[in-house]
Amino acid sequence: MKILTPTISTFMAGAVILAASSSLSAAEVNIYSYRQADLIAPLLEAFTKETGIKTNVLFLNKGLVDRVKAEGENSPVDVIFTVDIGRLSGAKDNGVTQTVKSDVIEANIPTEYRDPEGHWFGLTTRGRVIYASVDRVAQDTITYEELADPKWKGKICTRSGQHSYNVALFASMIAHHGEAEAEKWLMGLKENLARKPAGNDRAQAKGIFSGECDLGLGNTYYVGLMQTNEKKPEQKDWAKSMKILFPNSEGRGTHVNISGMAMAKHAPHKADAMKLMEFLSSGPAQKIYGEQVFEYPIKPGVEPSAIVMGFGEIKPDTLSLDEIAKHRKKASELVDKVGYNEGPPS
Amino acid sequence: MQQKAEKNTRVLIRGGSRRSSPFSVMMRPLNIATLLIALTVAMPLIALIVIAASGTTESITNIANTILPVSTKITVLLLLGVGLLTAIIGTMCAWLVSFFEFPGRKIFSWALMLPLAVPTYIAAYSFVEFFSFTGPIQEIIRMIGGYTSIKQYWFPEIRTLPGTIFTLSLVLYPYVYISVRALFHFQSARLIETARVLGVKQFPIFLRVLLPLARPAIVLGVTLAMMETINDIGAIEYLGIQTLTFSIFSVWLNQNDIAGAAQLALILLLIAFLLILFERWARRGRSFAENRMSSSKTRYTRMKLEGQSGRVAAFACVLPIVIGFGIPLSVLADYAISYYPFGLDGDLLEALITSLVFASLAAVITVLLALVLTYAVRKSDSGLIAFAVRIASVGYAIPGTIIALGIFLPIAMFDNYMDGVFRQTFGISTGLLITGSGATIIYAYTVRFMAMAEGSLDGGFKKIPTQLDSAARSLGRTSSGTLYEVLLPLMRPAVATAALLVFVDSIKELSATIMLRPFGINTLATHVYDFASRARIEEAGFASLIIVAAGIIPVILITKTALDGD
Repeated sequence: MKILTPTISTFMAGAVILAASSSLSAAEVNIYSYRQADLIAPLLEAFTKETGIKTNVLFLNKGLVDRVKAEGENSPVDVIFTVDIGRLSGAKDNGVTQTVKSDVIEANIPTEYRDPEGHWFGLTTRGRVIYASVDRVAQDTITYEELADPKWKGKICTRSGQHSYNVALFASMIAHHGEAEAEKWLMGLKENLARKPAGNDRAQAKGIFSGECDLGLGNTYYVGLMQTNEKKPEQKDWAKSMKILFPNSEGRGTHVNISGMAMAKHAPHKADAMKLMEFLSSGPAQKIYGEQVFEYPIKPGVEPSAIVMGFGEIKPDTLSLDEIAKHRKKASELVDKVGYNEGPPS
Repeated sequence: MQQKAEKNTRVLIRGGSRRSSPFSVMMRPLNIATLLIALTVAMPLIALIVIAASGTTESITNIANTILPVSTKITVLLLLGVGLLTAIIGTMCAWLVSFFEFPGRKIFSWALMLPLAVPTYIAAYSFVEFFSFTGPIQEIIRMIGGYTSIKQYWFPEIRTLPGTIFTLSLVLYPYVYISVRALFHFQSARLIETARVLGVKQFPIFLRVLLPLARPAIVLGVTLAMMETINDIGAIEYLGIQTLTFSIFSVWLNQNDIAGAAQLALILLLIAFLLILFERWARRGRSFAENRMSSSKTRYTRMKLEGQSGRVAAFACVLPIVIGFGIPLSVLADYAISYYPFGLDGDLLEALITSLVFASLAAVITVLLALVLTYAVRKSDSGLIAFAVRIASVGYAIPGTIIALGIFLPIAMFDNYMDGVFRQTFGISTGLLITGSGATIIYAYTVRFMAMAEGSLDGGFKKIPTQLDSAARSLGRTSSGTLYEVLLPLMRPAVATAALLVFVDSIKELSATIMLRPFGINTLATHVYDFASRARIEEAGFASLIIVAAGIIPVILITKTALDGD
C-alpha cells in the first residue's frame, strides 16, 4: 500500500502533464471534416504558407456532430468542414457550432449561402443537374418538375433517395411547391425510374453510357472528374455520351447545394480558426478550391475552372439554403413514404 | 446419461448443492469477473437503450409506419438468402473436400477460405465493376452479339436483392465451410464406414447421416454469416439495399433523429438475439466432444473420384474461390497497376503498422476476456452467467458506427467528468483522456468481435469432456490451475482460431475505426475508405490489396489450426 500510493500519484501527475502539454501547442487549427483530407489539402497548405498556422485534419464519414457533442467543452476541434447544407444546419441544430461575426466573410459570401445568425458559411456551390444522353435526348432545356412527366417512363436513373444531395433537392421541391405537391412529384419520378436507385452520381452517368437510362440526376463536379480522369480514360467516354442540362434555368434556377464550414462551439484556437475561415472565403483560396474540386467558387466574381465553365452557364436558385434545411427531415420522410428506394414498379 | 453422470461427479467434488443462490453465484471470483466483463462489453448496448429511450412518440410512430415494415422485410429476405446460399456452398465444399479425393483437393482445402479475407465493401465494389456494363463479362457478350446498348440483351444486375445475396454469400460462406469442415474432420469414421458397408450410396450418406450430424456446425457458420450481413453498411449502401442498418443511418443522419436510429438499432439487436437463440437451439444437447472422443484415431479413407466426377468436384470447389476471391483480386490488381504511384507511400506504411498493432492488441484482449466468459459458462449452471455471456456476444450484429457511438458517448462523458474533478481540485484540465486515444478503437473491436472468439472457444471447450475438469480438480488443481494446465493445452487450436478470426476482422473493420480515431491515426481500412468514399476506390487498389493480403495469412493459419494434422 505504501509503495502503491506514490506510484499512482506519479502516474497521475504524468498523465496530467501529458494531457496538458498536448493542449498547449502553438498556432494550429484542428479540423473535423466530412471532406476527404487530400481534397482540402492544397487549400490548407496555401493557408499555412501565408500565415504559418498549422492545420490538422480528421476525416469522418458519419457521426461528426455526435462526436463533437460528446466531446463537449474539451473538444479539440476548431472548424467543421462539410458538404451539404443538411449537415451544416444539423451541426447548428445540435448546438455544436458558434456564431461568427466577420466583415470579411460577410463581404465575400452572399447571404443565401450563409446562416442568418452566422453559424455556418458556404465555400463552394455545386449544381444538382441532369445528365442527358447525347443520342437519345433531343431537348436542351428541362425542369425538375418535368422529371415526373410520364414521357420519361423507364428512362431516369438516380442514386439513393436518402442520399443527402437528393434529400436537399427534394426539400427544395417542398419549399417551392408544398408538401402534398412534392409528394406527388416524387411518386411520379419514382415511376419514371429505369432501375432501383443505387450507386453514386458517377454510376448514373455510366447508366447513360450503357444505354440503361436517358436521364440521370447528378452533381456538376462529377462531370469534371470524369472528363479529366487520365488514369481511367474510359470514363471520358462516359462523359462524352452525355450533356449537362441545367434544370429550370428559364425559371427559378437550378438547385444548388454547398460545401461549407462552421466554427465549433468550444474551439480552443478561435482566433487562428477565424483567420482560416476568412482566408477560405478570400478570392485566391476560392480559386484554388474551385479548381481542385470542380465546384463553383461562392465568392461573386471568382471564376470556376475552365472545365466547369465548359459545362455552360448556371443560374442558381436563389431560395436560401436555410429554407431548404428546414424541409430536409420532411423530404427524407417522403422518400420512405413513397418507397422511392424500392425502385420503379415492375 | 453421460452428462448426468458428469454433473453428479461435479456435485460430489464441489461438495455442495448444484443450484446455488444467485447471490453466492455472483460472489465467486470467476463469476464476478465474468459479470464485469459482460457489463463492459455490453456498455455500448446499454448506451444505445438510453439513447433510444429519449425518443419522442411522434418519431416512433412515424418510423414504425414508414421505414420499419419495408426494412424489416428486406433484412429478413436478405438474411434468409445469405443463410441458404452460404449453407449450400459451405457445406457442399466441406463435404467434397472431406470425403473425396480429386484433383486439387489439398489446395481447395485451404483456398476455399480465401474469400474471407475480402471485406464485404470491397467485394461489393468489385462485383459491380466486374459484372457491370463496362466490365469484362458484358464486354464479351457485346462483342459476340454485336450489341451496343444494355437494352439489347439481358444481364443480371448486382445492385438488387438477389445480387446482394450473391455478393455477400460468396465472401461469407467460409464461415460455414470452416466449421463444417472441422466437424467432418473429427467425425466418426465408423459411422460412415458402417453406412457404406450397409450399401448406402454416397449422396444418401451425405443426406441421411452427415447432414444431420453437421447441423450444429452449419448453423454456427450461418449465424456468423448472418450477423455479418445485418451489421453491414459499406456493401449495402453501395448496392442500394434498404436494410434495417441502412435505415438506421438515414434516420440518424437525414432526419437528425438519433433516438429513432437507436430504436431501430434495438430491433437489430433483437434479431441478433433471436439468431443466437436459434443457434443454441440447433446445437441443443449436442456436444462436439462425443464425436471427437468416440472417433478414436481411425481416419476415414477418402473415396477417389476419377475422370468426369473428379472434374465436377474440382469445378464445384473452384467456382466459389474464383468468384469470391479471384474477381475482387483481379479488379483490385487492375486498379493497383493503373494507379501504382498512388499506392505505396509513407502514409500507407504507417496505416499498415497501425492496423497490425490495433488488430493484435484486440485479438489478445478479446480472446483473454472470451476465455474467462466461456470458462465461467462451462463451470457454472447459473442462468445469470449464461445470459450475461450471451449478451456479451450480441455486439457482432451491430453496425460498427453504432457501436462506436455507444462507446464514444459514455467515455466522453467520463472524460469530461474527470476533467471537471481535476479542474476543481487541482486547477488543471486533463482534457479528453481516453476519448482522444486509440484505446476506444480497441474497445470497439473487442465489443464487435467478442462473438467470434466466444464461438470458437466454446466449441473448443465442448470438445473436452467435463470429466477431465473433475479429474483435475480431484487431483488438487484449483479452477484456474485446471484451466491453465489442463484445458488450455488441449484448446490450442480453438484459441488460435479465435485470435485469428478477431485479428482478420479487426484489420477489415472500417466504420467504428473512422468514427473513433483521433487526429493523425489511419488504419488500412480507413486509408482505403478515404478514396472509396469519393468514388475513387481505383486509387486505393494497392491499399485494398494489402488489406486482403493481411487477411490471407491468418485465414490460412486458421485453416491449419482448425484442421491440425491434415
